[in-house]
Amino acid sequence: MREIIIISGKGGTGKTSLTGAFAHLATTKIICDLDVDAPDLHLLLQPTIGRREEFYSGHEAVIEGETCDGCGLCASLCQFGAIRQHEAGFVVDPVRCEGCKVCVAFCPTAAIRFPERHCGRWYVSSTRFGPLVHAQLFPGAENSGRLVMVLKQQARELAQARGADLVLCDGAPGIGCPVISSLSGAHLAVVVTEPTPSGRHDLERVAALCRHFQTALGVIINKHDLNDDETARIEAFCHDENYPVLARLPHDPLVTRAMVQGLVVTELPESDFSQELGQAWSRIEALAGPGR
Amino acid sequence: MSNMSRIAVTSEGPSLDDLVDPRFGRAAGFVVVDLETMHTQYIDNGQSQVLAQGAGIQAAGLVAQAGVSCLLTGSVGPKAFKALCAVGIKVGQNLEGLTVRSAVERYKNGQIEIAPAANRSGR
Amino acid sequence: MIVAVASGKGGTGKTTVAASLASIWHGPVLGVDLDVEEPNLHLFLQPVIAGSEAAYMTVPALAESKCTYCGACSELCQFKAINVIGQIVLSFPEMCHGCGGCIAVCPEKALSAGQRELGEVRWGQAGGVGFLSGQLRIGEAMSPPLMRRVKARLDQMLTNGGDAIIDAPPGVSCPAVNAVMDSDVILLVTEPTPFGVYDFQLAWEAFVTLGKPLGAVINRAGLGNDAIYRFCREKGLPVLAEIPYDRAIAEAYSCGRVIATLNPGIEATFVTLRDKIRHLAQPGRSREAAHA
Repeated sequence: MREIIIISGKGGTGKTSLTGAFAHLATTKIICDLDVDAPDLHLLLQPTIGRREEFYSGHEAVIEGETCDGCGLCASLCQFGAIRQHEAGFVVDPVRCEGCKVCVAFCPTAAIRFPERHCGRWYVSSTRFGPLVHAQLFPGAENSGRLVMVLKQQARELAQARGADLVLCDGAPGIGCPVISSLSGAHLAVVVTEPTPSGRHDLERVAALCRHFQTALGVIINKHDLNDDETARIEAFCHDENYPVLARLPHDPLVTRAMVQGLVVTELPESDFSQELGQAWSRIEALAGPGR
Repeated sequence: MSNMSRIAVTSEGPSLDDLVDPRFGRAAGFVVVDLETMHTQYIDNGQSQVLAQGAGIQAAGLVAQAGVSCLLTGSVGPKAFKALCAVGIKVGQNLEGLTVRSAVERYKNGQIEIAPAANRSGR
Repeated sequence: MIVAVASGKGGTGKTTVAASLASIWHGPVLGVDLDVEEPNLHLFLQPVIAGSEAAYMTVPALAESKCTYCGACSELCQFKAINVIGQIVLSFPEMCHGCGGCIAVCPEKALSAGQRELGEVRWGQAGGVGFLSGQLRIGEAMSPPLMRRVKARLDQMLTNGGDAIIDAPPGVSCPAVNAVMDSDVILLVTEPTPFGVYDFQLAWEAFVTLGKPLGAVINRAGLGNDAIYRFCREKGLPVLAEIPYDRAIAEAYSCGRVIATLNPGIEATFVTLRDKIRHLAQPGRSREAAHA
């Protein structure tokens, strides 16, 4: 069973649109949307939710007004500026609360509760391309990567149960916790980039992250015709670092047209773009190698 | 102090006939086996599963308290591996798919390679 | 005044808008890059860097001779950054959130403040625009601690007045919330595609609870559909500017150009945006907008 993650470093390069098309092209697979912060794959796949689970992670501090004697020790200890005065006592701002428990531990009147934090929800759904494991963090929630690990685990178990040899994941932008979690146990990371200074800069950082975690990677240059010089620079970088360039895709309004219709671009009548995409997928499968 | 004749196996259930749980940090639990008597004890791993981070470290603590010399499992992440090493517990990996009983038999027959490092990349 | 430029979806044009606004701002202004995972603002403002420093956070350092292995630190730590197993103390500084709890709770005062490197803070000048940025070390999982360091320096740099325009990270989880929560006005940049609209709604939900005046900027207007306008009307969210979908703009961006300088039409759009932001940030007006 192989796990392939589509990531980007920079947001907006076309990661989700391409993942949707690959989900169409791949045969037996489990699809997973690991961008739990701003998930979009479901907008293309229109999932029918089969299973829904609540996600709790960490805790938050809540001060009980009646028991609080207003001493303010909590506020002085809090390293995150989460506690401020309110009427006769003090109150915790849940947005700033880190869930570290220091105020709870030191409160002289034991006035602070420490309930679990309801951070989001995850789902196992069915789509026209196969099962989809996805989630939504509540706005403002911590994105430690734990929810990403839960989804990956579910996808792997489902792959095992269904005899699927591929888990295909839409990753998150950036290089932080969620992306690090996405890379854990992945066989191949496909980085979708664009020929702009930001695209190249962010590709270099996310590639360094993949090297740090020893994950194999390949690169897709999307919207390559926007800037030949930048495309050449990216190709030179890939050549120097030995990262295979899996495709050069043209900037094509077809992608947005498909998105507006709730389709993936390979579901529209065949085009140069969709052909190039099909070849890219074959190269990705070849690079990922046979399933274990 | 770890007892050379006691080992722990990550398990999907409390008995020797349950399957080895492929995970360590978020395993369902651990079957602790006395190799001489084949007497077993089950440790539920619920308290590690609920952690936002560091489940493997918590699990290492639980297993250490049980006084075992070796831990058998599918995969261990690098932090959990470091924790197990620090408390002197050896690790045998890649045993998913077997029953706890089979894994223990292989260990008794000297068929298990002791891992020099975690087989799973961490976060 | 601090203006935060945010978005739900990545790649909608936050950096484009932030750099352009800074370039046409009247009065002293600082361009601040809080997208510490993938900072890009410098690629457009091209500052001359005057100084930089490594940023650290406090993690526990153990004087083992004083330790009685009581486990109080381990018991308190919510993040498994410090663990007492039998007579062994095992710490994982990369997991530490810097709450200081273990240091405070140790009855033997065996723990003191050690350091973990987060990344770098840099500052300088780009013509008439000041510049401040943070860049996360590769492999460092958390962005908020570094963002806090950058914000602390921002406060210092603004003590003599002036405005700041913050380029925030994408998304709606804690890094994005951290970037915008201490600003005076929040701009939400989006594109009128289904992904853009969906993520914009998430961003609105996340940021509206912060009680700051909110305004929308529609980038690539003309693409997609008009669902975004309906949403903004429904929520009483003012659309402060529209930047048309134009290949010339995309190509200019791909060359690293600040698009406000592209032509008089675009420049006028940003000048109007600047004025509308000032108006939105006024105390009376801001209460009205937050209420909407």
